[in-house]
Amino acid sequence: MWKYIARRVLWLPVLLLAVSFVTFALGHYGPGDPVAVMMGARYDPDSAATKNLRRELGLDRPFHVQYVDYVSHFVRGDFGSSLSLHRGQPVRELIIKKMWVSAQLAFAAMLISLAGGLPLGFFIAHRQGRWHDPTTVTITLVLMSVPVMVSVPAMTWLMCLKLSWVSCSGWGGLFDLRIIVPAITMGVPGIAGLTRLMRASTLDVMGQDFIRTAQAKGLGALTIDSRHVLRNAIIPIITVLAFSLAGLIGGAFITETLMGIPGVGRLAVDAIFARDFPIIMAITLIGASAFVLANLLADLAYAVVDPRIRYS
Amino acid sequence: MATAEKTTALEDDRPYRRRGHLSRAFSRLIRKKIAAVCMVILGLVYFGGVFAPWVAPHDYRNQDLSAIRKPPNVVTDQGITGFWSKSHFAGTDLKGRDMFTRVLYGVQNTVILTLVSMLTGGLVIGVTLGLVSGYFGGKIDAAIMRVGEVFASFPDILLVIILAATLRERVRGWVIWLEENTFLDGLLTLGVTDYLVVSLALVSFGWIGMARLVRGQILYLKEALHVEAARAIGASTPRMLFVHLLPNAISPIVVTVSMSMGSMVGVEIILSWLGIGIQPPRPSLGTMLYEGASISALRNFPWLLLAPGAAAWVMVLSWNLLGDALNDVLNPRTR
Repeated sequence: MWKYIARRVLWLPVLLLAVSFVTFALGHYGPGDPVAVMMGARYDPDSAATKNLRRELGLDRPFHVQYVDYVSHFVRGDFGSSLSLHRGQPVRELIIKKMWVSAQLAFAAMLISLAGGLPLGFFIAHRQGRWHDPTTVTITLVLMSVPVMVSVPAMTWLMCLKLSWVSCSGWGGLFDLRIIVPAITMGVPGIAGLTRLMRASTLDVMGQDFIRTAQAKGLGALTIDSRHVLRNAIIPIITVLAFSLAGLIGGAFITETLMGIPGVGRLAVDAIFARDFPIIMAITLIGASAFVLANLLADLAYAVVDPRIRYS
Repeated sequence: MATAEKTTALEDDRPYRRRGHLSRAFSRLIRKKIAAVCMVILGLVYFGGVFAPWVAPHDYRNQDLSAIRKPPNVVTDQGITGFWSKSHFAGTDLKGRDMFTRVLYGVQNTVILTLVSMLTGGLVIGVTLGLVSGYFGGKIDAAIMRVGEVFASFPDILLVIILAATLRERVRGWVIWLEENTFLDGLLTLGVTDYLVVSLALVSFGWIGMARLVRGQILYLKEALHVEAARAIGASTPRMLFVHLLPNAISPIVVTVSMSMGSMVGVEIILSWLGIGIQPPRPSLGTMLYEGASISALRNFPWLLLAPGAAAWVMVLSWNLLGDALNDVLNPRTR
């Protein structure tokens, strides 16, 4: 077990190094010169100003020097400063601010997914084989299949233009009404997956011997459900929650761009178009770290709550 | 090999061997109402998309300046030809172009791109790497899986977006080189660049899930008795792979293809929505959804969102529901 954990932990930096290399190479060899974007109309490839700016930013050095320099700074917590989008601002502060926004939004969305998915899955597991079961699964699939580019405008149209419940876009934090539309459009697709998972896991527990024992002892249905079934059925959900933790940091590209929410997703899209490499690199690396860490934590949490699972 | 012929002849005599696994699964599938409806809808949408130039009532470039931003209308008093060529079933856009026609052409792009990316990325690359990884194991397996892990570690679809955004100029260069150095002409104007860029970006994320799935199946099947028997009588590697292993993994592959077609359609639409997929003037669902999503468009011309939105939803939904039904039919253990 400990050997397994050690191997996984040692693999993490290698994986992140590979991710950073791919992103850095794409940015370096791809088209779009950040210096050209920064200078705008005054850009002239041979002028002294262009050369000075390039030297000042360190962009005139060879690829491997730039890459090693970037990684060594990144490891020490220095993510560089924004080139064109928020010129000169340190990327670190910028991203932390945006991440807080994305995290609040993702948290609200996760609450909606959990509040919908867990009860639904638990309920239809008790109605296995009856019409409730396939109907619920189909309805959640229908809702999940609406692309964000359709659901966000459609919800805006309904909540803002038709019903005038909320204003159409903008951001005011977790306790602002404007979070409703993005939280619903991000949370509802998650219901489908959680419903299925909860259904499968509840059915699995209900088939176990100890449930039959509990029934034989004459325990009431309510006690069995709450004491024995629910507690054990919730275990696999932990894995999904761990993955959502990674999503808390990644942000939502489309929803944030459409709703004018100043989160990481929108920053990433803006940075890609402005060729602001330090920002792109930082978002990719932080997102990837969060993802692989969440993956590892999920596996470990699984082994901790369910002693039957052993890794070798 | 007289014995081999004998066994096949014997097997063919048995009535229940006449039909293959997939054909029996198919007849169970079409008995499911939802699956049948999904297949019909997908058939219609894909037919309409692929044959858009013949099906569409208008030309996607034609502007009718007398009918700008008109809501959907149907002409009923001019016979069947007037009904088809004068009506605007989904209204017209800001430039007076027929939305129904533009959606058909947008579907055409989405359909071709996702099918090509699925065939190359998911089926050819994904299945091959999964087979190699699972069958040979060891260093090759570790290398393939580690590379897949790197690709999969990118947050959400950030890699696809970065690829599509950075590859365009380079791909454009290749296409121009092709035009100058071969007899191929007019590639640029045909929009080959867009197609290549989007397919490359889609392929980059399409192969990982499939490779992992096939690898897992092969690892499991390798332990099966019939595979051990085949190895014992000295079956060659290709025979092991394509006769004994791959056909037994076909069910989960089919389910995965159907499930991931839905997400591939979604990603393709996101790319053109962000402006890094199919470029105007070629119509794309993403661009149309972008134009229809502004507050002023929503307030005044909601039909601009309705037609492309419905098309996108129907495509994603049908693939997902079909995948769900296929899963029921092909993997009866999870039923």
